[in-house]
Amino acid sequence: MTDIEVLIQQLLTGLSNGMIIALIALGYTMVFGIIELINFAHGDLFMLGCFAALTALGVSGMVDVEPGGIASIITIAALFIIVPTFCATINWCVDRYAYRPLRNSPKLAPLVSALGVSFIFINIGLFWGGLPLEVFGYGSAAAAPKNFPALLPFDNLLGDSAIFVTWRELLVVLVTIPILAALLYFVKCTATGKALRATAQNPTAARLMGIHVDSVIGITFIIGGALAGVASVVYALTYNTVFFQMGFRVGVDAFTAAVLGGIGNLAGACLGGLLIGLVRALSDQYIATQWTNSVVFGILIVVLIFRPSGLLGSRTREKV
Amino acid sequence: MNPLSKLKSFAPSDLQKIFIILMLPVFIEMIFPSLGACDRFKPILVFAVLGFGLNVVTGYCGLLNLGVAAFMAIGAYTFGILTVSIYPFQIGAWPALLVSCCAGAAAGVALGLPTLRLRGDYLAIVTLGFGEIVQDILRNLEVITKGSQGINPLPRLVVFPNERGLDSPIVSYLVILCIVMFVAWTMRNLERSAVGRAWTAVRDDELAAGCMGVPVVRTKLKAFAFGAALCSLAGALWASGLGSTGEPGNFDFALSILALCIVIVGGLGSVAGVLVGAIIMVGFNSIVLVELSERLGAAGFSGTQNVFASPANWKYFVLGAALIITMRLRPNGLLPSKPSEGGVL
Repeated sequence: MTDIEVLIQQLLTGLSNGMIIALIALGYTMVFGIIELINFAHGDLFMLGCFAALTALGVSGMVDVEPGGIASIITIAALFIIVPTFCATINWCVDRYAYRPLRNSPKLAPLVSALGVSFIFINIGLFWGGLPLEVFGYGSAAAAPKNFPALLPFDNLLGDSAIFVTWRELLVVLVTIPILAALLYFVKCTATGKALRATAQNPTAARLMGIHVDSVIGITFIIGGALAGVASVVYALTYNTVFFQMGFRVGVDAFTAAVLGGIGNLAGACLGGLLIGLVRALSDQYIATQWTNSVVFGILIVVLIFRPSGLLGSRTREKV
Repeated sequence: MNPLSKLKSFAPSDLQKIFIILMLPVFIEMIFPSLGACDRFKPILVFAVLGFGLNVVTGYCGLLNLGVAAFMAIGAYTFGILTVSIYPFQIGAWPALLVSCCAGAAAGVALGLPTLRLRGDYLAIVTLGFGEIVQDILRNLEVITKGSQGINPLPRLVVFPNERGLDSPIVSYLVILCIVMFVAWTMRNLERSAVGRAWTAVRDDELAAGCMGVPVVRTKLKAFAFGAALCSLAGALWASGLGSTGEPGNFDFALSILALCIVIVGGLGSVAGVLVGAIIMVGFNSIVLVELSERLGAAGFSGTQNVFASPANWKYFVLGAALIITMRLRPNGLLPSKPSEGGVL
């Protein structure tokens, strides 16, 4: 491979990873936009989604289907319905029982509660991995990474070219872009979307205008959870590994992306996700894999210090 | 004046009661030396110091710091580098303890200086990032930190050496207890000093405090530096007790959350609360869980057959539930700093 081909390959990898990060970043940014809460548990919700996908495969017995065949396509389509529903339900419950009672408390109280939810999710993930299911590998330890069956073929779509593009990268693009378009349509063009934007701007005024603020916040959590569910199916199909602590790392990447793009801004979250994906891929290639996390955190800190409103965000004044 | 009221002042305060409880392991050790009570209870004291450090930042000053594990690591590694024979310094354990505190304070200032102007939840994320970066540095700069091996063997803090050059368990427990009492005493006085009042003023209303002439950023920086120094002290105590800095993965996010649980469950901004929080959370984490694991292991259960049967697997669950339940039911913790109307946070 020539240098330029290596670069192109890394850029492709970065973009496809970036789209997954963007899907999760949207969940952070929507929740923050509407109730100013950093939902720490979001990354771990994504992890639970991956486990749900793996369990669904194991229970339905669709583990050994031929990659790329009709059966595998149906299985993948089913996963894209089951897992987002699962994640959306959980996210709604978390809001209802852990965050809503604290809505009028000081700002750090729901944040601490979110940290607590995140830890409970990690523990659920650990227990889940220890269930006696064949897909989890009966004897292997609960904490060990689980293999996700390869449902997508590995063939290079570009034939004999040195640059490798498989169905995996294509799936990410095919799934993410329509979903983002649908989300933008929902937020900009529907009545519920309008209510959502109004609540984000000023909850009290929105309530006075007859908007049921609690259900609007509930809808935000449902959408955020569903996006995390989509991201977990895409991630599991792309990386073929599921692991109870993966939520923390992915969550931090996604949060960094949301801040980088300007938290509360949907387009910003997508842009930030793509940038973080690219930075990770390039840093893996040209710096060193073991420093990549530090590079991402370094970027996060620098962005927060010099441009806390992010690339696309508008500067808002702190209310007294 | 009612004569009874004079008698009442002899009743021990919360803090005194807690120190009486913390003396119990010494008596248990005297009566049943085979239980090793002092060694088992020592983590409570070390983590109480860590809790005091976080309490200064989060309890008094209202800044959420999610990177205390990093400061603890800085203390532990400074202590290691200053005392171990492979490095040229080799100063004694006690001076190294002091230098570790200073190193922690310096790191606190270095992190705080650029970031303290950020709003609360962003600061939380930056400190979380700092914690991860420090862990990565410790893991990857193997020339200095020995990577995953950790630096060892570290010297113990010795006051009355016996024939093997070590303190008896009782003495070494009492030494750390004295350090904890000294820190608690400092905290009590600091609370009522000008700095302490400035911290609470900034916590309650930053804008109002600024208007009244409190230098907001400098006040926050002092809290950050002081808190970091205490966390580093905890790190150095921990490392010298263990005889090794351990592997960098010990100073992970879960450790920072444990410190947060200690402070929040006990009661933010309350000295006695931190000690109660440490007794409950660390007592559960490093005594009850470990003990249960040993008993169950001896009885023939083990975690590989049934994931629920291994008590260690419940750790995250307990930490998380402690945070959520405290926030829902007692946002001021078990021993609130003072009866106030809203949550302290």
